[in-house]
Amino acid sequence: MSAEAGQQHPLGIYYKIWTLLFFLSACSYAVDFFEVQGAWRWTLVILFMALKAGFIVSIFMHAVWERMALVFTILGPPMVLLLLIAFITIEGNYTSGTRYTYMGHDPNAEALGPSDLHGEEHGGAEEKH
Amino acid sequence: MSGTAVNEAGLHSGVPGLVDDWSADKQAYHVPWGKAMMWIFLVSDTFIFTCFLTGYLNVRLTTTQPWPPQSEIFALSFGGDPIPLILIAIMTFILITSSGTMALAVNMGYRKDKKKTFWFIAATAALGASFVGMQAFEWTKLIVDESVRPWGNPFGAPQFGSVFFMITGFHGLHVSAGVIYLLWVAFRVKRGYYDDKGYEIVEIAGLYWHFVDLVWVFIFALFYLL
Repeated sequence: MSAEAGQQHPLGIYYKIWTLLFFLSACSYAVDFFEVQGAWRWTLVILFMALKAGFIVSIFMHAVWERMALVFTILGPPMVLLLLIAFITIEGNYTSGTRYTYMGHDPNAEALGPSDLHGEEHGGAEEKH
Repeated sequence: MSGTAVNEAGLHSGVPGLVDDWSADKQAYHVPWGKAMMWIFLVSDTFIFTCFLTGYLNVRLTTTQPWPPQSEIFALSFGGDPIPLILIAIMTFILITSSGTMALAVNMGYRKDKKKTFWFIAATAALGASFVGMQAFEWTKLIVDESVRPWGNPFGAPQFGSVFFMITGFHGLHVSAGVIYLLWVAFRVKRGYYDDKGYEIVEIAGLYWHFVDLVWVFIFALFYLL
C-alpha cells in the first residue's frame, strides 16, 4: 500500500472485528443482566470497554495501518488525560471523605428505584430493596 | 536512516519513519489533508468528551447522596417483567451495526463500487437516525414518566440528571450531525462526485462515525453500567 493511497484491506477482518464487537457488547450487557457487583463489575466493564475501544480505533479507524507519525499524534495527547483522571479520583475521594465526616450524610444511604415510586408495575428488581 | 526498509513511496516505516516524518521540512503526515484534519478534530473532540466524563467522575465521587440505580431506571417492559437496561443495549447494538456497515462502505468506496458504497452509507445513516429516535424516546420517558430534571430527580443524587442530559445530549448531537454528514457524502457518491477526486472522503466520514461509536462505548460502560 503506498502512503498516499487509501486504506484497503480484505473484508474478512472487518467481519471478524464486527462479530467480536457484538460479542464484547453482549458480555458488557451480561454483567448488568446477571447483576455482577463490586470489584468484578468494575473490572469486567472496564475490560470490555477497553477492548471494544481498542478494536474500533485500531481496525475500524485503521490506526494499526497508519504511519507511526500519525498514530503518535492521535494517541499521544489523550494519554495526558489519564493523569487528569487519576488526579480527579484522588481529589474526589478526599472531598467525599470530608463531606461524610463533617456534613453528617449517611454513607450507606440507598437510592430509590422506579418501583419504590410508581409501584411494582413500573420498575423491576424488587428484591434489591 | 539508511539501511532500513523503505516502502514503495520511498518512506521508512516504524521508528525511523516517525523520525523522518516529524523532522520533515514539507509534510509530516503522509495522508490526504482532509484525513489529517479529521483526526485532529477527533482528538480535540476526545478532550471535550473527556471533560464531560471526568466531570461526571468528580460529581459521582463527591456527591453524598446515593447514585440513582441506572439499571432499573433504564429498564423497559415489553408486556412482561421489565428488562434492565434493555433499550440502552439495543441502542448499543444498533450503533455497532452501523459501525460495521460504515467499515464496509469505506471498503466498497475504495473499490469504486458506487452503488454498494451509497447503500452502505445510507444504511449507516438510517441506523444512526434510529439511534437518535430511541434516544428521544428515552429522554421523553425519563422526563415525563420519571420526572428526571437537570437539577434533580426523585431517586437520589441530583447530579444524575445534569450528567445524563449533558453527556447523552452532546453525544446525540454528534450522531445527528453524523447522519446529515453521511447522507451528504452518500448522495455525492451516488452522483459520481468522487470519481475524479478519489474516495478518501468516505474513509474520512467513516472516521467521524466510528468515533461517535467509540464515545458511546465509554458512555455505555461508565454511565450506564457502573
